[in-house]
Amino acid sequence: MNVLVCVKRVPVTGGRITLTPDEREIDTKFLGFTVSPHEECAVEEAVRIVEAGGGSSTVLTLGTPESEEQLRDALAIGIAEAILLETGGAEWDPGATAAAIAETVRDRGFDLLLFGNEAADTGDYQVAVRVAHLLGVPCVTGVKRLEVRDGAALALREAAGGWEVFELPLPAVVSVKEGINLPRYPSMPGRLRAKKKDIERLAPEPPAAELEMVRLRLPEAADKQVEVIGEGPDAAPRVVEMLREIGVVS
Amino acid sequence: MVEHDRGELNEISLQALTFGRGLAERLDVPLDAVVVGEAGRVLVGSLGPFGVSTVHLAAHERLDDYAPIAWGRSVAELVSSLGPEAVLAAGTDRGNEVMAHAAAMSSLPMAANVVAAEPGDPWLVTRVRWGGSLLEEARVHGAAKLLTVAPHVVRADETTPSQPEVVEFAPALTDGDLLVRVVDRVAAETGKVALPTARVVVGGGRGVGSAEGFVVLEELAELLGAAVGCSRVVTSLGWRPHTDQVGQTGTRIAPDLYIACGISGAIQHMVGAKAAKKILAINMDRDAPIMVQADYAVIGDLHAVLPAVVQELRKAGGA
Repeated sequence: MNVLVCVKRVPVTGGRITLTPDEREIDTKFLGFTVSPHEECAVEEAVRIVEAGGGSSTVLTLGTPESEEQLRDALAIGIAEAILLETGGAEWDPGATAAAIAETVRDRGFDLLLFGNEAADTGDYQVAVRVAHLLGVPCVTGVKRLEVRDGAALALREAAGGWEVFELPLPAVVSVKEGINLPRYPSMPGRLRAKKKDIERLAPEPPAAELEMVRLRLPEAADKQVEVIGEGPDAAPRVVEMLREIGVVS
Repeated sequence: MVEHDRGELNEISLQALTFGRGLAERLDVPLDAVVVGEAGRVLVGSLGPFGVSTVHLAAHERLDDYAPIAWGRSVAELVSSLGPEAVLAAGTDRGNEVMAHAAAMSSLPMAANVVAAEPGDPWLVTRVRWGGSLLEEARVHGAAKLLTVAPHVVRADETTPSQPEVVEFAPALTDGDLLVRVVDRVAAETGKVALPTARVVVGGGRGVGSAEGFVVLEELAELLGAAVGCSRVVTSLGWRPHTDQVGQTGTRIAPDLYIACGISGAIQHMVGAKAAKKILAINMDRDAPIMVQADYAVIGDLHAVLPAVVQELRKAGGA
């Protein structure tokens, strides 16, 4: 089993987001970087599939040279190989990203290509699907349980009232959601091994954007005035009164 | 694209229809709908009140259940046969998936989770990033604009009802298009209130302290007919299953009331609760970020406050 997993470097935004003066990026001066929770789970899933059934795993990203950090994070938990598609720093639209990924992996014989359901930052919901079409392989998105055996994948995703089950022959593209597993923490030997690994670097040509970002802006704050209705257990009668006022209890 | 599951309408589609009607009026073009699968025929009548003039029904003997690639093919066929200005779908799991397939097949760009659209050449759209904590203004190039509409941005509004004309078409589906389809379903635990559609959600964060700490939240939820939710840290610690997680990478909720207990209010969590009509925060820290996002607050330890509320509700209920 030859598994590819694609990730994207994004800033860690816990609290307030601040934009750069040109309004085209988040100001990351004081921020660390990570990948989306969906992608952390995709990496973990790739490692588990190879642990269980043998084969090899590769992590790929398209991004700035600094994205090496996210590749090494994946290597540290057990991914074997890493590919960095280096960009100059300008954002690539989803169509261009998918084209560069498909071009790179086309002849490498991957049986399973894992993605996060959507990138944490751009939330485009389409790179995995576009890669599948460019490679001519089936694809299912939003998967939260995955079983791989005998050249096929059984993929489950949450739907109203339960789970939908899909079956797809390999090779295939699967995008996963957080919750499919609980990712492990890297071990110290894992980190040391990851540090020394070679990373394959390629520099695809940036194409013209079809979905072209103009600028970013922060949504207007809701400007809510919170009403403190009490402190401690003494607030209970007032809470119940409020529940009545808004019609939650009769 | 009107989304349905074996004939059952996804109501979020009506928001996308309302958004699409606004665009159609500005462009002075009719609003058409596409429904994939014979099972969707029952929906035609319910689309009239939303101003739909024609329903294109993709009928094919093998379209008996959801099949993402085949649904995408049906939409892509209409894109080339009708040459529409734009195709919209709801920004749901299925909506985004089907439109991504249609976009890939048609070699067109797609903009997901749009909140505003300005027709022109190219179109200018505003779309959601970071699950809603940031907005992007973008130009969408290409002949037809493929957009999904962010849920709960517009209200589903009816207009002068019309009697939509039904035009059936048989999409040319290959075996490959039908390779991926729902082959089975597994029912969720019964008796639990579903998080995405719950009228009231009781959510717990790190402040709950432990898996056992959720007992008091469960108790309140049962009295209110509510679902129990949680923040990401709670699922990461293994206190609750991921199906309970509210937020950017969990479930989006839209209740009348969200009771957030021991939740600090990180943006990744709060974007999942944005559509809540009212928020009650119960937190020890009066400076927690949630305090500027809630409507009501009780300052205090949730393990003291919630039992008192439960008791008060029981008293009021005469139990």
